[in-house]
Amino acid sequence: MVTTLLDARRARRIAEQVPDPELPMLTLADLGVLRGVEMTEGGTVVASLTPTYSGCPAMAEMRAGVAARLRDAGYARVEIRTVLDPPWTSDWITPAGRRKLAEHGIAPPGAAPVRAAGPVPLVLAPTRRSVPCPRCGSADTEETSRFAATSCKALWRCLACREPFEYVKEI
Amino acid sequence: MSDDHVYLTLAEGHEDDARWAYGTGFEDPLHGVDTAVPEGVDAGELADLCVTLADDALVSAQRLAEWTTRAPELEEEVALANIGLDLLGQARLLYSRAGQVDGTGRGEDAFAYFRDAGDFRSVRLAELPNGDFAFSIVRLLVLSSWRLAHFERLTAHRDPVLAAIAAKGVKELAYHRQYAAEWAVRLGDGTEESHRRMRRAQEQVAPYLGELFTACDVRDEVVAVLRQVTEAAGLPMPVYGPLPGSGRAGEHTGHLAPLLAELQGVARAHPEATW
Repeated sequence: MVTTLLDARRARRIAEQVPDPELPMLTLADLGVLRGVEMTEGGTVVASLTPTYSGCPAMAEMRAGVAARLRDAGYARVEIRTVLDPPWTSDWITPAGRRKLAEHGIAPPGAAPVRAAGPVPLVLAPTRRSVPCPRCGSADTEETSRFAATSCKALWRCLACREPFEYVKEI
Repeated sequence: MSDDHVYLTLAEGHEDDARWAYGTGFEDPLHGVDTAVPEGVDAGELADLCVTLADDALVSAQRLAEWTTRAPELEEEVALANIGLDLLGQARLLYSRAGQVDGTGRGEDAFAYFRDAGDFRSVRLAELPNGDFAFSIVRLLVLSSWRLAHFERLTAHRDPVLAAIAAKGVKELAYHRQYAAEWAVRLGDGTEESHRRMRRAQEQVAPYLGELFTACDVRDEVVAVLRQVTEAAGLPMPVYGPLPGSGRAGEHTGHLAPLLAELQGVARAHPEATW
């Protein structure tokens, strides 16, 4: 029993270190898409992953990456499960993940909007939000596009240092 | 995989399913999800509902993808392609769910590539050609508002898989609607030319609105959103009348078959191929 627990903990540590295919400075654990690693009584490692967005084209790559790392570490029986509920939120990006994003010039997300019951309100008035520039720290920044090279990011630019930067959207 | 560049990884040889999802022959996106249908849920109805919602998304995604290399600015091209990708992802999950519960065990490819226009249940508004940017924005505003309202309700569906797909989709659709609404205001309240184009787009969309609101419990909510946007944009509220026929019954305009021919051509010419 103790061996199994230790083994499960080791399997978790290995799965946690798999890098994200699209944001390779982050591990799947940093991004919050690795939802759990467990060991069944029969000795199968079950790792659970959740997609960031429905259209994430890298899910198969992530599954294969986790399975390969675990097999390389000596786990013969590995099962990867997809978890859709609860849906991924940018709030699950860990403090370490946020720090790594900023170090790579990508502004980390603020707190995800809290959904009240009922219809999602549409706000047309300009929203005053400040995303600090990940390079120079200035708050004098503006959004250039809410969509960017991957679903999870928006394009911003800094008006102080004039550098464009990416920003992980709150969702 | 190489961390250098994502495109290099696309060109690398891959084993098993370690590929990015851009072609055919992918493993089910619901891989490892509990596939049981809860007691009291009619499997046939659930499958039909999933296919209907998936068809709307797939056809919309194809039209949005057509903007690639043709959008007014690079940022808009990226935005429209991203919105299309979200919808494609929703379609993949929904087709997979449909194949699980309808007893056939069909995968997503069977639904997307090997059905003809008459088998598609998408609304006709989704299949109309892109027209100008104004038309695409008005259509996106209508379809994203309508789909968002539906998905909000579906988060309480008794099938936990459909409810989870909807909960994920709500977050995405809120971004799509926001994008379309902001452009609608910018263009409607912009120059004389942009305002004129938006008026024309509204007239072109109007005949297809009736179909969205047939037997529909989200009408008031969608109308309220459209009113909010048109007022801010200085545009009139579109007046719509029922157009005979229904995409939900497989009755489509002549625009769907050519769209599907382009979407399905390679998969049908090489049915066993994966890429």
